[in-house]
Amino acid sequence: MLEKADVKCLDKVVIRFSGDSGDGMQLAGNIFTNVSAGVGNQVSTFPDYPAEIRAPQGSLSGVSGFQVSVGVGVHTPGDKADVLVAMNPAALKQNVQHLKAGGVAIVDIDSFKEADLKKALFETMEPFKELNINAQVVEVPITSMTKAALADSGLDNKAVMKCRNIFALGLVCWLFDRPVEAVLHHLKNKFAKKPAVYEANSKVLLAGYNYGENIHASVSTYRIESESIRPGYYTDINGNTATAWGLIMASEKSGRPLFLGSYPITPATDILHELAKRKDLGVKAVQMEDEIAGVCSAIGASFAGNLAVTSTSGPGLALKSEAIGLAVMAELPLVVIDVQRGGPSTGLPTKTEQTDLMQALYGRNGECPVAVVAPASPTDCFTMAFEACRIAIEHMTPVILLSDAFIGNGSSAWRIPDDNEYPEIKPHFVPDSLKEGWRAYERDPETMVRYWAIPGTEGLTHRIGGLEKDFNTSVISNDPQNHEHMVNVRREKIARIADSIPELEVMCDKDADTLLIGWGGTYGHLYTAAEELCAKGKKVAFAHFRYINPLPANTAEVLSKYKRVICAELNCGQFADYLQSKFGGMQIERINKIQGQPFLVSEVVDAVINLMDKK
Amino acid sequence: MECKNYTAADYKNGQSVRWCPGCGDHAILNVLHKAMAELGVPPHKTAVISGIGCSSRLPYYMNTYGFHTIHGRAAAVATGFKIANPEMTVWQISGDGDGLAIGGNHFIHAVRRNIDLNILLFNNKIYGLTKGQYSPTSDRGFVSKSSPYGTVEDPFIPAELVFGARGNFFARAIDVDLTVGQEVMAAAARHKGASVVEMLQNCVIFNNGIHNHITDREFRADRTIHLRHGEKMLFGKNMDKGLVQDGFLLKAVEIGKDGYTIDDVLVHDAHTPSNFLHQQLAMMDGYSLPLAVGIIRDVESPVYNEELDKQIAEVRAKKGFSTLRDMILAGEHWEAK
Repeated sequence: MLEKADVKCLDKVVIRFSGDSGDGMQLAGNIFTNVSAGVGNQVSTFPDYPAEIRAPQGSLSGVSGFQVSVGVGVHTPGDKADVLVAMNPAALKQNVQHLKAGGVAIVDIDSFKEADLKKALFETMEPFKELNINAQVVEVPITSMTKAALADSGLDNKAVMKCRNIFALGLVCWLFDRPVEAVLHHLKNKFAKKPAVYEANSKVLLAGYNYGENIHASVSTYRIESESIRPGYYTDINGNTATAWGLIMASEKSGRPLFLGSYPITPATDILHELAKRKDLGVKAVQMEDEIAGVCSAIGASFAGNLAVTSTSGPGLALKSEAIGLAVMAELPLVVIDVQRGGPSTGLPTKTEQTDLMQALYGRNGECPVAVVAPASPTDCFTMAFEACRIAIEHMTPVILLSDAFIGNGSSAWRIPDDNEYPEIKPHFVPDSLKEGWRAYERDPETMVRYWAIPGTEGLTHRIGGLEKDFNTSVISNDPQNHEHMVNVRREKIARIADSIPELEVMCDKDADTLLIGWGGTYGHLYTAAEELCAKGKKVAFAHFRYINPLPANTAEVLSKYKRVICAELNCGQFADYLQSKFGGMQIERINKIQGQPFLVSEVVDAVINLMDKK
Repeated sequence: MECKNYTAADYKNGQSVRWCPGCGDHAILNVLHKAMAELGVPPHKTAVISGIGCSSRLPYYMNTYGFHTIHGRAAAVATGFKIANPEMTVWQISGDGDGLAIGGNHFIHAVRRNIDLNILLFNNKIYGLTKGQYSPTSDRGFVSKSSPYGTVEDPFIPAELVFGARGNFFARAIDVDLTVGQEVMAAAARHKGASVVEMLQNCVIFNNGIHNHITDREFRADRTIHLRHGEKMLFGKNMDKGLVQDGFLLKAVEIGKDGYTIDDVLVHDAHTPSNFLHQQLAMMDGYSLPLAVGIIRDVESPVYNEELDKQIAEVRAKKGFSTLRDMILAGEHWEAK
């Protein structure tokens, strides 16, 4: 009997699954997440993929991880794991740093033979000692138990080995009291077309689950709190899927068909995958021949009257910059999604960073302002993708959505919005009163927005392009005064978007002297850090930016209220520099991390305390 | 298509045309207006999309929907436009630099994908708007500002690129020959899928006379052949010359000489799926064999935008959802009360 000793009752726990990239750790983690969400826990996940598709088996570079936090008040996947599952020595070696002191490491002891240890570059035959693990190591013969469970299944060895992850999942589910039926339900869906594989996995799952009850050992276990959540229908969603769905919602609310022109690039490709599937909703997702063709086809589709989108990551955004300038000049609605990754150049393709901010704001020739927004979390990707479309369509401008690998791949439980939860988006069509003698660059004087005439409409034929136009006649013009005026008009058009976006909200201790700020995908970590700081008696207010250009109208007012403003971001200080350039004379202290990894809450807490303790 | 008679004037707009006096583009523009009137597609159902270069100014002189985009990208912009709004007839205007150098990738993929575009490729073998550099169609040894000692590279033959990309429509005309010009443009528009029309165009300022060895009135009849589907491949002032098969190659002969009769002369079949003979015809350069003008290849093949719409209709008929919410609720989810 695996004894459930030392029961820790916690608000939230963190579990990290790790193994070879072919070991199915992402699947085990995803199912655990879904089952936990289904019993009312908040969830937040962080898949940590290796850069290689299939590195040599058992090697350090081939380790794939999936971290999930479940419980209440969950805003991040957690800094460190309470329980680490390691399917081989390489996984243990790579992930032991992510395990809490005094936590539990479950290892497949069958995979800790001499050859396995050598592949993971261990120098001795005592891996736990060599790693100096400060945790309880539970040695489980996962491979042999899996083989035993499937002895009569008729499956070949390769197929049997593929079920090891589910044995581990079964054991973890027992440890955390997850309902087995729910896991079986997920497995059934996953292997709907392969009943034999489902049978094998369900056997192995139960074997793993029962293993805990049949073996004598002692292990710390956890009781996870759950809380009552807003009633409604929920699903587990990652940021990239949420982004794709937000675009579809915007298409429904604007009545404009959705077009995606894209080219595969990590970590943004899942948006293309999802929209390619959504032919069942009439979406046209086109895989073009390169990044430039991706954005150019979207610009063509926008001219043709569609809600047009292109999706990419940093290197692709660089390739698209000239075309984005065309959309600025032609004043066409366009949504450009940049799921940021580590750079420059190819950089760290599977890892997260916030290093494309300056590129998004300024990375084009000429005075070329675009709107920039950044989702705060996986589920916020839905809202901000919708917002990006709303701004693009209502203000006739390109909008760059700065997501990142962390929130793009990470997931949380998401309440499926009701039909009327999102507002109508009103395309800026040429009004009937202006149709007579209408010119392509005529504007609404309030918003400076030009009108959208859909090709095919009689009486509105017009020509647009990348050349400068005369403000009054819309005909191409080289006039010096006119050019300066048009530059100002295009800038003013973007600035006036601020009238239609929410104000910046201050959270935590609003009356503090210190304001912690951040933007985009770091919200969960920064918010949690601010809460922890307040709990420790350190007075900190917190504000998070999702609208980057234009900034919320009350930004200067909020920032000027605090004696000390600290900006934490995953780059060398791009947002802090941007704010200082906007609000001259403002001093902003910085917390920066450029390691391809999200913040840890603890390091933000420590860094803020350090800055606050300085005079 | 709507039944109304249009004239060339309906496709013109009032803007003054800014090309150099004597530029071949003037003639091509006039022919395009005429071809559009012949087709009868209303101006508001027509879009003209161009890249950058002298020829790419063309949309400004149209009374249709028009988009003057960026260098090399017209094919990509036009592709998105056609997919998004398939009711429109879409013309893409590119020069040899725009279409085959900076835009070479988009050009071959638009052709391969077989998107329903009418691509007019203005080939003057020079960069005009940047004032005279060699282009990807300039002959080896060509002297220009950027090749003062002559180029040391071979050019693209546009037709060869089209066939390499598995193109299904290729035609050619000379800027000064208005009749063939109108014929091939109208045929390109009627063809479903990517149609490429190479317009041999004279740049009067930077490359004057580059096509003279074939376009000069004095010997044009002997150095060009107007191919017509179903007709004998005859040419010459007196139509007494013809093309015959010589092994796997083509040979120009005089009827009645060396034992060749009219029966030996090949009949042009623009619709045959094999592009073997089409490619040989398109590669003739006006020296040992006459340069071919007219419709060289015109073969039906599945069209990208139609296939995409068909696939969407099929998927929707099988498991279409009316809203995003329906789609999500049909998948994995749970209810919290």
